[in-house]
Amino acid sequence: MTTATLDDVRRVVADVPDPELPFVTLGDLGVVRDVQWHGDTVLVTLTPTYSGCPATEVIARHVVEAVTGLGLAAEVRTVLAPAWTTDWITERGLKALRDNGIAPPHQGSVSVTLGRHVPSCPRCGSSGTEEVSRFGASACTALWRCRSCGEPFDHVRPL
Amino acid sequence: MITRTDLSLATYCLRLGDDALVMSHRFGEWVTYAPQIEEDVALANIGLDLLGQARALLTRSGELAAGDGPAATEDDLAYWRDERAFTNVHLVEQPRGDFADVTVRLLWFAAYQHALYAALTDHPDPTLGGVAAKAVKEVAYHLDHATQWVLRLGDGTAESHRRAQDAVAAVAPYVDELFTDDELVTDLADAGLAVLPSSLRAGVQSVVTAVLLQATLTPVTPTWHARGGRAGVHSESMGPMLAVMQHLARSHPGASW
Repeated sequence: MTTATLDDVRRVVADVPDPELPFVTLGDLGVVRDVQWHGDTVLVTLTPTYSGCPATEVIARHVVEAVTGLGLAAEVRTVLAPAWTTDWITERGLKALRDNGIAPPHQGSVSVTLGRHVPSCPRCGSSGTEEVSRFGASACTALWRCRSCGEPFDHVRPL
Repeated sequence: MITRTDLSLATYCLRLGDDALVMSHRFGEWVTYAPQIEEDVALANIGLDLLGQARALLTRSGELAAGDGPAATEDDLAYWRDERAFTNVHLVEQPRGDFADVTVRLLWFAAYQHALYAALTDHPDPTLGGVAAKAVKEVAYHLDHATQWVLRLGDGTAESHRRAQDAVAAVAPYVDELFTDDELVTDLADAGLAVLPSSLRAGVQSVVTAVLLQATLTPVTPTWHARGGRAGVHSESMGPMLAVMQHLARSHPGASW
């Protein structure tokens, strides 16, 4: 018999690390929509970050494992609307990205007509950066380079 | 009880999903063939976005067509339908071609998808509306990527200009089918459940024409139009493509990673 509460569940689900960027958690990303009882099962509602993100299924599995660790049965449901945006990444998440050499997306700029925003270098802070490729090593990043320190870096594309 | 509207909406989701799925497969074919490694990555990522759209749309199509019965899954629909059951337009099934071909094809397709998804964002079906709201922002990146490359190729060297202009002519016969209405979509649009393809034509054409002109390329009026994709009648290249796409699932049923 477990004594875990929904608050305990919310805590362990929020602490599940992202499989591709393990220094940010699901809570940091803002992808946990809801945690509810559904009979004897905990129903966790997640929203995917990018439609084709291969991490989505791994995340669902890790969430079930985390809740199972509390002695509860869990089910994951995916909801698309309202669509996730990079604006939902928390301050802690943005800082964790920057601290790990990834330029976070700029906030409040989600639009379908793409503005030309220049991220500053996550290593030296210089704003003298240039885009190498619009598409990077994962579905959510672009590849940039710093002209001041010469280092390449990933930039999470605003969405 | 499955209503006629549910079945029509299932077919509508299938059409949009098949377009995305087949285009996604063609983009996957580019990996290791693009002119530079960044483009291998870019084309694969664009294909991945399209695959994400396709998965949600095919899943929804299966649910709508099943009513309370067991639904066909995304895998059932992707791997176990034969050519005549695929409802994608001919544009997306065309063979890889050269880099100018894929770039110009993407310019048209991304401009079309961008207008389509923007108009579907408020769709009453939560899955269709949800896919559209998410995809419209991803497709904006595809459109921007295609635009940057068309500008570079068209306004680049004599050779890149020639090949980009050839690509503009090659894709021209496949454009009209994107904007062709039929009874199913007209009925759905009357009920506020679909976007009439013809209503997107002028806007998309002006987006693409502006890019072509800026790239010093000349828009081409085709002398014939591809037809029949929505009804399952495809071009010669569709069968071999499906054979590759479906081979693993059919030869090793139930295979998993």
